[in-house]
Amino acid sequence: MSLLGHPLLLILAIPLAGGVLVACTGRWPNLREAVTLVASVLLFLVAYRLMEEIGSGGRPGLVLIEVLPGLPIALEGEPLGALFGCIASGLWIVNSLYSIGYMRGNNEHKQTRFYICFTIAIASAMGIAFAGNMFTLFLFYEMLSLSTYPLVAHKENEEAKIGARVYIGLLLGTSIGFQLVAIIWTWVAAGTLDFEPGGILRDAVPPAILPILLALYMFGIGKAALMPFHRWLPSAMVAPTPVSALLHAVAVVKAGVFTVLKVVIYIFGIDLLAETGASNWLVWVASFTLVTASLVAMTKDNLKARLAYSTVSQLAYIVLAAALASGLGVLGGALHIASHAVGKITLFMCAGAIYVATHKTEISDMKGLGRAMPFTFGAFCIGSLSIIGLPPLAGGLSKWYLSLAAAESGLVIAVLVYMASALLNVAYLMPVVVLGFFGRPDGAPADWQHEPVRLPWLCVLPPCITAVLCLYLFVDGDSVIALLLPLME
Amino acid sequence: MAFLDHVAILQVAVPLLAAPLCVMLPGRHLPWALTLAVSWFTLVCSIVLLAEVSAGGSIAYHLGNWPPPIGIEYRVDAINALVLLVVSGISAVALPYARRSVEHEIEPDRHGLFYTAYLLCLTGLLGVTITGDAFNIFVFLEISSLSTYVLVAAGARLDRRALSAAYTYLVLGTVGATFFVLGVGLLYMVTGTLNIADLAERLPPLAESRVVQAAFAFVVAGMGLKLAMFPLHTWLPNAYAYAPSLVTVFLAATATKVSVYVLLRFVYTVFGHEFAFIEPVLAWLVLPLAVIAMLAGSVVAIHQDNLKRMFAWSSIAQIGYMMLGLALASASGLTATVLHLFNHALMKGALFMALGGVMLRIGAVSLASVRGLASEMPWTFAALVIGGLSLIGVPGTVGFVSKWYLILAAIEKGWWLLALLIVAASLLAVIYVWKLVEAAYLQPAPQDRERVRDMPPDMLIPLWVLALANIWFGIDAGLTTSVAGTVVNAFLGGGS
Repeated sequence: MSLLGHPLLLILAIPLAGGVLVACTGRWPNLREAVTLVASVLLFLVAYRLMEEIGSGGRPGLVLIEVLPGLPIALEGEPLGALFGCIASGLWIVNSLYSIGYMRGNNEHKQTRFYICFTIAIASAMGIAFAGNMFTLFLFYEMLSLSTYPLVAHKENEEAKIGARVYIGLLLGTSIGFQLVAIIWTWVAAGTLDFEPGGILRDAVPPAILPILLALYMFGIGKAALMPFHRWLPSAMVAPTPVSALLHAVAVVKAGVFTVLKVVIYIFGIDLLAETGASNWLVWVASFTLVTASLVAMTKDNLKARLAYSTVSQLAYIVLAAALASGLGVLGGALHIASHAVGKITLFMCAGAIYVATHKTEISDMKGLGRAMPFTFGAFCIGSLSIIGLPPLAGGLSKWYLSLAAAESGLVIAVLVYMASALLNVAYLMPVVVLGFFGRPDGAPADWQHEPVRLPWLCVLPPCITAVLCLYLFVDGDSVIALLLPLME
Repeated sequence: MAFLDHVAILQVAVPLLAAPLCVMLPGRHLPWALTLAVSWFTLVCSIVLLAEVSAGGSIAYHLGNWPPPIGIEYRVDAINALVLLVVSGISAVALPYARRSVEHEIEPDRHGLFYTAYLLCLTGLLGVTITGDAFNIFVFLEISSLSTYVLVAAGARLDRRALSAAYTYLVLGTVGATFFVLGVGLLYMVTGTLNIADLAERLPPLAESRVVQAAFAFVVAGMGLKLAMFPLHTWLPNAYAYAPSLVTVFLAATATKVSVYVLLRFVYTVFGHEFAFIEPVLAWLVLPLAVIAMLAGSVVAIHQDNLKRMFAWSSIAQIGYMMLGLALASASGLTATVLHLFNHALMKGALFMALGGVMLRIGAVSLASVRGLASEMPWTFAALVIGGLSLIGVPGTVGFVSKWYLILAAIEKGWWLLALLIVAASLLAVIYVWKLVEAAYLQPAPQDRERVRDMPPDMLIPLWVLALANIWFGIDAGLTTSVAGTVVNAFLGGGS
């Protein structure tokens, strides 16, 4: 296959070329948005084809350039990355539609910059998904942090400045402070940074030291939002909602837990972790994060803040699954990447739609709003149920496997935490739905009570699409699991 | 071919001879054009030289055909070919940028003199680098230093504080050069030669000699002053902050690098790092000072309001990185130092060029004055951000490559604390770079400032050449690492 048409090259080139075209067409908004849409559709097609190829056993690889002796920027497709790439690019299409509705509905400034940064962020996410070694992954990881900074700081007011400062400070700080050290340590110890099934650290690092190296990785991957380095995620909520939806529910945070899984599977190796028990401490940290974040979520009245803490908690599900160091755990974690992505993007898009229509951000102000915005609250309800883990929605499938993995591991704490947190999910997500549909607004009647809510249809349709996707992922769960099965070996 | 045979001497002789010519040229454009032509010529020379020696050989050129030890020998190997490339390359890129900047900052009737001093400075730096004779190093060092004092003082038109900065630099620089020549004199006393290759052969049996040890002390202290090794750095922040923009670009990118090169040469070629008295100096003196420089320089940089001073303090920290690699005395450590010589020149060249553009447009470079300026000068600030990211060491930039090797060197030795201190210093860089980013991008412009245009293209292009070089050599570090590898082999493998 010629280099230019290589799907692994296209996967980076399409969003980047899209970014250049967006910059060129900035003066004509309709053309500009068309470019974004075309790029996202093309990207999804390529990612989907890659997933098919990988699903049938192919492992495409491509070396772009050798940066340092023995350290190339290399791309390689494998099941986990294919799934992440497909989810992120697929949801980019939906989110692009939504962005048009949201950004125009809100009359946001500097929209061209917004769309350019978005394409770079997506390209970085694709680079992470298809990175062939840890070095390449780190390169794109930092690119993702930096390209999303302007998006978080989009409003350019004092609040955005502080939020973005926390955001970039924690993400750069953890990645340079811990992750880079861990990567160089791995390089010194193992002599390679390639992702290899079974890991590269066996016999390279003494088992007693493994937990320390693992800690450097786990806290170094700040995007996985493990406590106490989770603050950047709530801070990132100052960004416009499409950013929160695609980046801080899908691309960025999933890049974090995706990296966690990659490190556990391909750097350490599940077997090595299981034999040495190097990840036992992580079970506790992840459990703590999981429960604490859920509890904090319950105290938040701001809808986006509540969703942000919910994300912190759901990410910890996946880290906990990785810490279990078993095939089932990895499978459950990978499934949860997909199912939480579609669920949470739905919730964020609904939150944004509510904001566009009514400029309400606090849950207590949304009583009865569901009757005025039935589609939005309907989608919110489905997304919530999926995240809670109710079949026949995607979350039900992933939580099933997560619970299986916990039961198999025999760790009572893991089982308890998964059970308890499902209840907590109900406690912090369902009130929004219940209040929305059945609540009675207090205080002065709001505008939306006596005149119909005006909302661009591009804000209504996308969450409905992703809500349907929640259902689809459950129904078609078999094929996703078939794709991921090689991970369990 | 005659040119190829004499490249080594032409490299130095052409700028030296051009300097007096430049005094006589009238007006503002002719001196500039001459300097530009000479800079480009020296760049061609150093590319030719680097191409010849990059495989690992060396070129010896005997001045006037007098063989050493009677005559002076120029000797080029991988390390000084690389430094020659840095010096002439930065000069060649900076000169197109210089015209408007100098017109703005220097009195119109003094351009000939200014460019003469510049050419002499260039001559001196190239000469220090290329010569294989210890005393000749001193001569060229003085040529470059004396002209540098003049160049720094030329900033007085915009800010009178340039005069006191130049004076401080003059006093300390003279002390440094004197220490250096004392050291060279002592070496001559015991060995009877000034040729570096001869010194390297004759010194090992004399390692126990107090005179040799004293000579080493003088050379390290002298060069430590010239390269602004903490705590001998006090001249640097003001000199960089108040010098004209072109001078800051040129000095920050090249002058300290040349001094680091001389120190490398003395520690690794002339003396040999495994000398019984040198190892503890590196491990117990240079290394802790380097770490302090790295951290303290960054912390002070965070608290600066004047951006040129901020990046000057950052230079002190970055010199700490170079000294750290030198002190680690391992293959990875030296690779880091050699790479950072090159890489830091690219970063600081780009950063100070961008600040020069800001100076040109709004006449000040403080954090308060650049508020909201990014939307008015988008290209300048985009380059500034690239330079800043490189300074932090974000992957995909040259800063990452240097930092990679430095951390590698620390981990290979098992010095975990050191590895963490290195990343801590990087994180401090995040803070001061981000202060600048926030001010320029996220704060509203002051009411009393008129809107300005971006830099003109003839200044933007050189700036972006350097900014893109920061990315290019960060993604394809093959060239720089292979040269560094050759250098390290010569220093650690073939050395005494």
